[in-house]
Amino acid sequence: MFDDVRDLYQEVILDHGRKPRHGRRLAAFDASAKGDNPMCGDRVEVFLRREGDTISEVGFEARGCAISVASADLMAEVVAGRRATDARALFAEFREMARTGECPHCDTDEALARLQPLSGVHEYPSRVKCATLPWHALIAALEGGKEATSE
Amino acid sequence: MNVITHPALDVARIREDFPILTQSVRGKPLVYLDSAASAQKPRQVIDAMRDAMETQYANVHRGLHWMSERTTEAWEAARDAVARLINASSRDEVVFTRNSTEALNLVAYSYGRHILQPGQAVVISGMEHHSNIVPWQILRDERGIELRICPVTEAGELDMAALESLLADGKVGLVSITHMSNVLGSYTPAERIAQLAHAHGAKVMFDGSQAVVHRRVDVQAIDADFYAFTGHKLYGPTGIGVLWARREILEAMPPFLGGGDMISTVTYAKSTWAKVPHKFEAGTPAIIEGIGLEAAIRYVEAIGYEAIAAHEAALTDHALARLSTVKGLTIIGRAQDRGGVISFTMQGAHAHDVATLLDRQGIAVRAGHHCAEPLMQARGLDSTARASFGIYTMPEEIDALADALERVREFFA
Repeated sequence: MFDDVRDLYQEVILDHGRKPRHGRRLAAFDASAKGDNPMCGDRVEVFLRREGDTISEVGFEARGCAISVASADLMAEVVAGRRATDARALFAEFREMARTGECPHCDTDEALARLQPLSGVHEYPSRVKCATLPWHALIAALEGGKEATSE
Repeated sequence: MNVITHPALDVARIREDFPILTQSVRGKPLVYLDSAASAQKPRQVIDAMRDAMETQYANVHRGLHWMSERTTEAWEAARDAVARLINASSRDEVVFTRNSTEALNLVAYSYGRHILQPGQAVVISGMEHHSNIVPWQILRDERGIELRICPVTEAGELDMAALESLLADGKVGLVSITHMSNVLGSYTPAERIAQLAHAHGAKVMFDGSQAVVHRRVDVQAIDADFYAFTGHKLYGPTGIGVLWARREILEAMPPFLGGGDMISTVTYAKSTWAKVPHKFEAGTPAIIEGIGLEAAIRYVEAIGYEAIAAHEAALTDHALARLSTVKGLTIIGRAQDRGGVISFTMQGAHAHDVATLLDRQGIAVRAGHHCAEPLMQARGLDSTARASFGIYTMPEEIDALADALERVREFFA
């Protein structure tokens, strides 16, 4: 049963959705921003610590579906240690992957490969925003904003 | 014990009238359990709209030619049908709007800004759709009219004692409350609410978007002052809704929108208004949709509310019993007087994930906050899944839902 949804709910997603590793408010952080999807009620708040231009740690608090929690958790994992500009570039590629299911650089880029299990959302247009919402919040935090929406 | 028998509703026969129900979704037969969001349309409605466009279509109220006269008759027949449906004392009390939201806004803008006075209050309940919250917030912030919220009990019933206290100081000018919650499925005791409101000098409005689909509404028996509903939940088309109000109230209210059709005379110095209900119907109305609504009302009347209510009561009892056996599933709201709208949460699975997995099995439910965020917040919920029933819903579909939910639970376990 549900063989046909395994592309959307891969084990990695179920696992990180159930037990996120980075799902906490950081004790000390340099920036934070909330993400809100008003259509479905998903909410996420992303906290980050920076060292110069590098993101050193990301934590988040989320209220949402397995996709949005897993996406936030994998995002927190892959952006740690990256420069802000690299995180932005990664988001651009990830967003494209979520929309189209295509990932031309997944073979060569470890971070993208880590995010690839989320590419299944492209078959569910109403769920793409679940995957991208935490990233919108991250970008807002990097840019000094406080609020982001996936609209 | 007296056993009252109602003419049974022949679901198989009814399903033949709904072409969409033979569709497959994701390779599975469609199980449509989202009628509270919008109901499917019977052939009779589809045909009425198409026939009107193919044989007699023209604008209404202004043509002196055959086509316009026929279309005007058909459009005005929709007003008669609505008046009959809700037992209005006059067809002139039926104002057509786009939907319930526009009907509620019409009252908030016209009645709220011109008849209500700053310092007065409006009472809504803790289980309103955003459409019966936001217009009053705008009114509050613009005009200093207080907004009071009548709480809902844990079971999901309107707290009548609290309503009485909210009315006690005599400042309330209007009570505007849902007749049936789109989240909890609870009916509200309309007659008692009206009685209480009137005893304290307030007018009363009901948002009947859900209620009118499931049981007979009699605005005179309720002793309502305003009643709003929408066509598309009543097996009719989108784009057509109804505001019913007592004639003397409508006559005292200024227009909502200005334009053609709502005037008596126009000069640059001054315009005068058409009589009610036309005073509130500026511009070319949703003619084809009105004709579709008329067909939908005739369709519902032919089945009969007694049969509809009995069918849905049986479905609801079956669903509550069946869903109660699904482990980890919590039904939100346990009102005594309730209908076929059931919200639930599932332990370990977010409502959106539940909805996606149900969709994969051909089952359409709604998931989210159901445009009732304050109600969800009050219950510490961010979203629920919701199954809702219509005249075409079969008990087997509820069994399919329960079985599918068992599989969803295993999937996320």
